[in-house]
Formats: sequence, structure tokens, C-alpha cells
Amino acid sequence: MKRQRFRLPSGGRIDRGDARAFSFNGRRYYGFSGDTLASALLANGVHFVGRSFKYHRPRGVLGSGAEEPNALVQLGAGARTDPNMRATTTELFDGLRAASQNCWPTLRFDIGGINDRLSGLLPAGFYYKTFMQPARLWKLYEKFIRRAAGLGRAPTERDPDRYDQQYAHCDVLVVGAGPAGLAAALAAGRTGARVFVVDEQAEFGGTMLAESGRHIRIRDTSPDAWREDTIAALEDMSDVTVLPRTTAFGYYTHNFIGMLERLTDHLPRAEAGNQARQRLWKLRAKEVVLATGSIERPLVFAENDRPGILLAGAAREFVNRYAVAPGTRAVVFTNNDSAYAAALDMAAAGVAVEAVIDLRTEVEGDLPRLAREAGIPVLQGYAVVATSGRHRVTGVTVMRLNDAGDGVSGTARKLRCDCVAVSGGWNPAVHLFSQSRGKLNFQSEMNIFVPGESVQAARSAGACNGSFSLAECLKEGADAGLAAARVAGFEGADAATLAAIEPADGPQRSLWRVPSERKDARMFVDFQNDVTTKDLDLAVREGYRSIEHVKRYTTTGMGTDQGKTGNVNALAIVAGSLGAEIPAVGVTTFRAPYTPVTFGAIAGRHVGGLFDPVRGTPMHEWHVQCGAKFEDVGQWKRAWYYPREGETMRQAVDREVRAARESVGILDYSTLGKIDIRGPDAAAFLNRVYTNAWTKLGVGRCRYGLMLRDDGMVMDDGVTLRLGENHFLMTTTTGNAASVLSWLEEWLQTEWPELQVYCTSVTEQYATISICGPNARALLGAVAPEMRLGGDVFPHMSMQEGMVAGVAARVLRVSFTGEIGFEINVPARHGRAVWDALIEAGAPHGITSYGTEAMHVLRAEKGFVIAGQESDGTVTPIDLGMDWIVNWTKGDFIGRRSLNRSDTAREDRKQLVGLFTADPQTVLDEGSQIVERVSEAPPMDMIGHVTSSYYSPNLGRSIALAMIRSGRGRLGETLYAPMPDGPIEVTVTSPVFFDPEGTRLNG
Amino acid sequence: MLRIPCPWCGERDVGEFHCGGEAHIARPSGADTIDDDAWAEYLFMRQNPKGSHHERWSHAHGCRRWFHVVRDTDSDQVLAVYLMNEAPPDLPGRSS
Ligand SMILES: [Zn+2]
Repeated sequence: MKRQRFRLPSGGRIDRGDARAFSFNGRRYYGFSGDTLASALLANGVHFVGRSFKYHRPRGVLGSGAEEPNALVQLGAGARTDPNMRATTTELFDGLRAASQNCWPTLRFDIGGINDRLSGLLPAGFYYKTFMQPARLWKLYEKFIRRAAGLGRAPTERDPDRYDQQYAHCDVLVVGAGPAGLAAALAAGRTGARVFVVDEQAEFGGTMLAESGRHIRIRDTSPDAWREDTIAALEDMSDVTVLPRTTAFGYYTHNFIGMLERLTDHLPRAEAGNQARQRLWKLRAKEVVLATGSIERPLVFAENDRPGILLAGAAREFVNRYAVAPGTRAVVFTNNDSAYAAALDMAAAGVAVEAVIDLRTEVEGDLPRLAREAGIPVLQGYAVVATSGRHRVTGVTVMRLNDAGDGVSGTARKLRCDCVAVSGGWNPAVHLFSQSRGKLNFQSEMNIFVPGESVQAARSAGACNGSFSLAECLKEGADAGLAAARVAGFEGADAATLAAIEPADGPQRSLWRVPSERKDARMFVDFQNDVTTKDLDLAVREGYRSIEHVKRYTTTGMGTDQGKTGNVNALAIVAGSLGAEIPAVGVTTFRAPYTPVTFGAIAGRHVGGLFDPVRGTPMHEWHVQCGAKFEDVGQWKRAWYYPREGETMRQAVDREVRAARESVGILDYSTLGKIDIRGPDAAAFLNRVYTNAWTKLGVGRCRYGLMLRDDGMVMDDGVTLRLGENHFLMTTTTGNAASVLSWLEEWLQTEWPELQVYCTSVTEQYATISICGPNARALLGAVAPEMRLGGDVFPHMSMQEGMVAGVAARVLRVSFTGEIGFEINVPARHGRAVWDALIEAGAPHGITSYGTEAMHVLRAEKGFVIAGQESDGTVTPIDLGMDWIVNWTKGDFIGRRSLNRSDTAREDRKQLVGLFTADPQTVLDEGSQIVERVSEAPPMDMIGHVTSSYYSPNLGRSIALAMIRSGRGRLGETLYAPMPDGPIEVTVTSPVFFDPEGTRLNG
Repeated sequence: MLRIPCPWCGERDVGEFHCGGEAHIARPSGADTIDDDAWAEYLFMRQNPKGSHHERWSHAHGCRRWFHVVRDTDSDQVLAVYLMNEAPPDLPGRSS
């Protein structure tokens, strides 16, 4: 096994007995169980891990957790590859494969790096300025920009993994299991409340995991002993759910929390087995305790982005938690005391700490004192003004700061180093609090945003609340946990305050940009998106004032890290440029998710066949066996057409259409919406929901009805049958069955509660078989010998009950094709048997099953409209030429008044017409626009559009229905459908193409 | 992801419900006699306030009953629930 050169000989929370091989950019390395990919890379001396988004500058690991903007890698391969994964949160497993992003052909030799030399040409907003003119070329530029810019590659294969989703309820949710979160969970759990405690890391403890344990104590023992005791106590409580590797990523309304639990991402493929990869928790919490900690902010100084420059807290975590030396010679650069702990811990681990460069002139905290005692040189009132090193930092230049902090003077001193640990203070992680819509307050002493008043049932505790000391974290956590449990209805006694011994911190000094004598030096604010102080200055110079606009113009905070390290620095710099106070500039909105969530987890099991319910009719299997092609109508699978061997779709549909007109066709119409309507006011109710009159309809008769919305626009149509004085059966279009039922219920419950009417959906209770054609009557007679089918006793638009193929049936004589037709309704369970009997009895007539396509052609030949095809929510019955169905004398109905509105009564509205193409073989595209005059190029005045278009085998030519401005006055006019290959000439005709007198219906 | 308290079924996830928009919009009677403006007012004009809003909701995937909800459109807090045939309750300190 290869030596891990930067692995410390002892310490850390890693298992040295459990070595793990992994590859990075094709090279093989080893780390240990307990490592992250980042710590394992650093243990092997690999600091340069990726290139930046815009300038392709070499970048190294900056942080040690979710805040990481640089060390984003492509994990895995093939269908299981994941882009933009943070090396700092990726647990190392045996066989892990990772590669750098944003570089080509290799990390060290990257062609995109030329962008760095051209950086003067790529300022903020360069997309907008450079590539938008001429607009025509944008399509060309975009392709190259996207290729050059992409952050990693999305997998192109289907995701082979499974993802779970789980709903849960709890009394108290504790987010974060650092000292504050653990104290909160313990206090809440002791009351007997149902508690969830979640943390994004594999191990609970938060920042305690990064402690050396040398400088702090909890209740006379080591912090780690307290941590272990607390976790053990929580695991013993039966109502406490402990979820490691779980990120609470979104805080939604009414204390609804989205959480992503990573179940197998830390395991080699073989060990993951068939378990779900991740689980999305949808948790409803009565009370939430946010203990989300804080995120260190970098200092913004010249050339602050070289590999080897990292956050001081991260340096400390690498030393103490992972037993990795971040370098051999370190410089610490800080404005506060916390970085001295990093200096002390690195020194204790054998790293030569060259100096602590401190922006402050007075440095008096406990940790700086300990550092001095340990012999670490401290340069007070100094600043790093430049750095060197290409693929890794090789040194820093320091100079004395002036009193105002806006300039440097004196001699430049060079310090050699291979690691710079930086701290600009700590930002409370207020992301979830802000998502919960709580307002943030600015605390000027430490220049941080802290939670203000909660809007939802949430409270913040510890560092995320701006309380950074261990003692405060423990106390606030315990108080918050107990208070939350009490509000949720549980009782518990106040616990004794935990005594904590820790170093006292002195005040910090915020310099939002550290001065340098080199005016051209770049200072990076957002590492992931390569935003520098110059970009922010440019945005302000160009007039941007709102921080939200500056963000979008410069792309600050718009990377996958959402600016966790850069945002507060950016807005402070913008505030400085504007001469405004930081709170006046405000913060950009924190948005879910806190860290990226896989689409797989969001989709859960709702993929493939489980994406949406599939509805099939009782005759579905027959259609399948006969080789039908299906189309989706809502959730229904409907037979579309039945191609025979060697037939094209057109040939099959032509055959089906001809059979229906020449002999007999059979259609599965079971998907029609069916609503049973009863009650003493049923007829009066139908009078109000349909445009025509219903009170005089005889029992056993049916009628076609058209339904409008109250704005007068066509909503749905169908045939309704009167089964009794107070009993109707309404049919709706297949797609509107549910919405029409809801519509009827809404009017009954909200507008006309005085009407006694009851509506029940019976769509699935009946199988409906439609037969039509010249031989339809003979066919029905063959299977229903007891029924009397003569036109005199069974006229069009009437119903008879009788036995069909031995099954009690309700038969309607109706037609959607213009042929004699019967609609046979039987209980759904008998549908297939009756269908089979009809097919068998129809054999002598050459009975032909037809699908929805032939049905559409047949009805279009007759000019029958389909609600939702000819109408689109902007069409009145008058537009459709259906004035005949509007009864103006029966009283009010839904939509009546709207038909007289000035706009609906306009003469020049689009009206339904037929179109014939000049070439009878040309079939127009549905949706084609229609114009009077064709110009060279758009725009042209569009006067309408094609709504239905087919080839009609009965007419031997194409037919189309269209909605055309003042269409009914244009019969015989020549119009055009402009198409990419040239305009198609059409003539306006009547929309009824076939048998306009309707003689066949009674033939 | 709101929780809506159905007067018949109790508090349920918003996914079970359908929001029917602003409540207490009277449909003009004697529709023929009212002018276009008054009809348009009924058809199209809605308050869309920031704050307290009287709405109609139906428990579409539950009891399928319609009822009224007073909801703060800013905070999404449900301030009151009452039946279809009831008058809006007095909510102290809020304009309706
Ligand atoms: Zn209900």
C-alpha cells in the first residue's frame, strides 16, 4: 500500500485498520474508513482538485463540509455517475472513483485555462454584453458557451437505483446534531415527545468532531465523552428517531420539512445491494429546533484562490478529525481568535506554522495567548497582499496595514508556505430559518445576520443563532429543546446548566476587502462562479443597486453551493461600494434546497409504470391481443387503431373508417365519463348547466347537451339520458369526466344549495360498446333477438333496456359518426363477454374494430366538434355554429349572460369552418396557422388555425376543421397555411363534409 | 405545503384539497338586466390581497365538501374555517 504522505502518525477519527482504495482522475490512492474524499486526497498531498467555472483556474479544497465551492467532482461512472459532488462531504469507500470537472483534456493541462489569460474580456455580465447581439447568432454562441461552461456531466442512462419516500410526523424536529442540537434533542426527548434529530454527517457531533479536545471540557470530561453519552441516551429513547446522513434541505409552509437521507452513497456497490439509495422524508413537525451551526467565511484578499489556501476551521478539522496535515509549512491569516486554534492544532500535529497574520492590532484572547506561548510568531496589524504558486500555493507576501485598514505600507515580507489557513469570522447558517420566512437581523458587533422573530413554529439555538461559545450552544440548545417540547404538549423539568470550560474570544476586525498594493490583483469572492471584487465593483458602477440584481448580473452565489462562503462577503463589498450600511443592502433570498437533491429522490417510486395510474377498459386485453396501438387519454389507454400485418397507420385507419360506413364498425367507448344524477330537482339542474332545455325530455329519451363556463366558453359536451322522472345519466368526454363531476358538485354546493340533486360517478361501473354502420341494426338483432329495433319503435336518440348476448343491457340509439349507431351499456364485468359475442356475430358482416383515430375521422367528416379540440376555452357555441343548441327562453343557465358580452357577441370572432387543400392529398398539420396573404417572412396576420385534420377515405381527399376569423362569411375564399416548405393553399368550406342531409342516420 | 382543517374530516395535507379562489362573490341574479361592466366585475375581478383572504376550498380527495377558509396569503396561516352557508367570522384586528 502506498504511503499517505500527509497522514499524521496518530489521532483522528479514522480507522487505520480499514484501508480503502480509490481513484482520482485515473490514479489510484488509499485512504481510511472515516475519511471523506477530500481528506483522503489531502492525505495523499493532492490539493489541486478542480478548475473554476469561468477562468478555469486551478482550485483546491477550501472547506470541509457542505459549504465547499471548489472541490466538486464527478463521482462514479455510467448510469451511476453524479456530477458536482462535494469531495468534502463524500464519504470514502473502497472502489470509489472520482474525476475533476471543468477541465479538458486533463486537470493539469487544461485548454479552458486560456480564459484566465483573457479574463479582461470576461467581466461580469459578459454573456449579456458579448453574445446578445446580433440575436440571430446567440444560438451559435450558446452551444459553445454551454459546452465550455458545464459543471460536470449528467448521466445519459436510466438511473438504475431505487429511491424511497416517507411521510412522518413528530413533535419536535431538531436539525443539526452539534452541541446545541444534541442538547436540544436530549432535553426534548426526556419529556417523552416524539423527536427527530437529523444531521447531514455520518457522525453526530458537528464542530465537536473537529476539536482536538485539548482546550475545552464539558462537565469535567472531554467533549467527546459527553457527545457519546448523549448519542447513547438518544438512541435509548424509543420515541426519538436518530437520522445521520440526513440533510434537512427545505423548510416549507406549516412546518413541513424536506429531508434527504443518504442510505447507500457511502457504500461500495456490492454492499449497497438492493437497498434504496436515498430516502426523501416529508416531515411535519409541531415544533422545530434549528441547530444548524455556522459556516466560516474566507477573507477576501489578493490571489486568495490558489490550491492550498483553505478555511482555518477546515484545516483544523483535517488535522483533528481526519489526522491529515494540510501542509508542511502553514501561514494562518485571520481577523478573529478562532483561527488560532487551527494554528495551535497544526503546530501540535507537527506542521511548521510560519506565522499568524492578524488584521487586528490588538489581539488579547485566550487562544492567541496560547499560540504565543507555543512559540508561534504573530504579526498583528498585518495583511497578506499577494500569494504565489501555480498548482499549489508556495508563499505569501505580507505588509503592514494602515490604521484605517484601507492601505498597506512598509516593506513586503515573503513567507514560504504550502498551506494558508484563512478565517474571516463565522456566518450563522440561517438558511432554513430564512426559508421558513423568518426575517434576519444584522448584528453589527460581529457583522453577522442572525435570526429575528420566527414566523413558523421554530426556534434557533447555538451558532446558527449567533451564539458561538460552547457554553452558549449547550444552554440554548437545552432550553430550545425543552421549550419546543412544552409547546408541543409535553412536560419536563428544567435541566441543570452544563458547565463548559473553553477559551474566551476577543473581538474581531472586519475588513471586507484586504488591501493590496497591487491594484490589478484579483480577489475572489465567489469561488465557484469566479466572481471577484472587480466584478462586484463593475456591477455597482453600471448602476445596479439591488443585491438581487447584482447577484444575477455577476452570478455571485448562483453556483451549486449557493454562495455559502461568499454571499455575506459579496453583499458587504457591494454595501461598501454603494456607501450604504450592510443591513440597508439586505440579503439575497435563501432558497431550498440547502444542498442539491437528486431528481431520483424527488421522483421516488413514481417512475416508469408507477409514474401515473394506468386505466384500462374491461375489453383492454382484447385490444392488446388484436395488436392495437394505444393512445393515452388522461390516464386511460384507448385503442388508437388496429394495424394488420404490413399496414401503415393511414392504411389501417382508412380501412376502419370505410368499414364503419360500408358495413359495421365496433368501438370500445367505455372511457366516456358517466355521471348518475338523481333528485327531485335533477331536471331543473340540467336546465341550468346545459345550454338547451331538459324538463320536457321524455323518460327513455336522450339529448345532446353543451356545457359552458360562466364566461360563455364551451367546457364539455355529451349525451344525457333520462332514466326516470328524477333520474338522469350524463355522459362527458373521456378527459373531462372528473372535472365535470367536480363542476356539478361545486355549483350544487356553493351556488344552488337549495337544489336537491345527487351526483355519482359511474364511469367504471359500465362497459360501453358502440356499433355503427349500415349493418349495425342487423348485428344487434343477432345478439339481442328479444329487442325491437325498428326505427319506429327505437328511433334515433332513444333508449331501450333488454338482453344483449344474455346480459341485461341499456342500449342507446345514438351516433357520433352519422351512421345508424347503438351504444350498448352493460355492467363492466360483462363487457368483454358481450364484446366477444358481437365480434363473433359480426363476422358475416366483416365487423371491424375501429380506434380513436378512425372515430375522429368519422366525426370530422360529419363536422362534429370535440370539446377540447375545436374548442380551447376561448370558443363559444356561436363560434362553433351551434346557435341551435342555445335556448334563450328557458331562463338562466351557466354562461348565458356572457354570450351577450360585447366581446363574445363580436362579429369577427374566430368561427368554425371546413378547409379543403388545393391538393386533395395534402393533409394539413393540426395547429397550422392560417393567413390571408403570405409574406416573404413572418410576421404575417394570422386569422385562424387548424383544429382537426385528416385524410377522409370516404371523400377520397383530405379534410380539415379550422377556427377562422369571420369564417362563416368566407366560404369559397382562398387562404394559406404558411409552412417551412412553402405555403399550402386552402379553400374555406362548410364544416360538414359528408352526408349533410343526415339521411344515413335513419337509413 | 399547507395543512387545511376540513370541517368534516379534520386537518389534512393541502394535496387533498382544491382551492376554488375568492369566496363571497355573489352571482348576479336577473342576469339579462345587468350591464357588461357589472357582469365582468363578477366574472373576472378578484381582490388578490396580501394578507387575510376569504377563500372557497373543497376536500377533493376526501369528503368532497366545499367550505370557507380565511387564509393569510403572506404567511399562509389559516385564520378561520366555516361552512358554506355561514357568514364570515369576525377576526379581530383584520380587515376582511
Ligand atoms: Zn373533508
